[in-house]
Amino acid sequence: MSDRKIVLVACGTAVATSTVVANSIEEEMSARGINVETRQCKVTEVPSLVDGVDLVVSTTPLPSNLPKPAIVTLAFLTGIGRDQEIEKIAGILTGKAAGAN
Amino acid sequence: MSIDISDYLVPDGVVLGCDAVDANEVIGLLADHLQKAAVVKSSYGAAVISREAIMPTGLPLGDGFAVAVPHTDPEHVISSGVAMATLSKPVMFGSMDDPDKKIPVSVVFELALRSKDEQIEMLTAIGQLLQDEGRLRRLSSASSIEEVTSILNSTY
Repeated sequence: MSDRKIVLVACGTAVATSTVVANSIEEEMSARGINVETRQCKVTEVPSLVDGVDLVVSTTPLPSNLPKPAIVTLAFLTGIGRDQEIEKIAGILTGKAAGAN
Repeated sequence: MSIDISDYLVPDGVVLGCDAVDANEVIGLLADHLQKAAVVKSSYGAAVISREAIMPTGLPLGDGFAVAVPHTDPEHVISSGVAMATLSKPVMFGSMDDPDKKIPVSVVFELALRSKDEQIEMLTAIGQLLQDEGRLRRLSSASSIEEVTSILNSTY
């Protein structure tokens, strides 16, 4: 039994890049049995949307001092470090990662 | 509904061994080709350059190799197409994840896409190419458009 985790996925314009990233996260998390919902936004919208989410993943720089765990990564576009990012995301969502709130 | 990059490649928009010295020059050159091919409006090139300055599109791939995917809003696009340049000497683009970080780009895909679905599918197709280093390196040293098309088509 796992409750649903929400991942806010941000990119510059909330069109294509965040969709590619969100699709990858949903696929990889559901393969791990983690119930995840993704929401997409522009990076400028993150501060106003961050409250209801468990994690923020972005392809462009995020504002500092977000009250939630946040990852900036290009791994879902370039493939570089993809496995490590997936493990990190899974760890944060299941509460097993060091430093996650 | 996956798409192939080669299906969108504008033949007159492929520049191999481009000797541009900076990102704006490559972006402008490819924009000119796309405009001549009636793929984009005259406003496209300046729109891509100004977007790139705020939200750069460089994607670092390790070993000092990088690709950029400059683009802008569909309002500047007439019909969907992609222009491509390989650089004789890499030019510096900002990195998507850190605009202050400049990375040496060897291959540029300049995207002119009308619909959100096309943008998503194109980005996915380019992502697959980026994860195939051998194919990408061959692409960066391709000497003819036939070679480019054949490398882009050799995905599966």
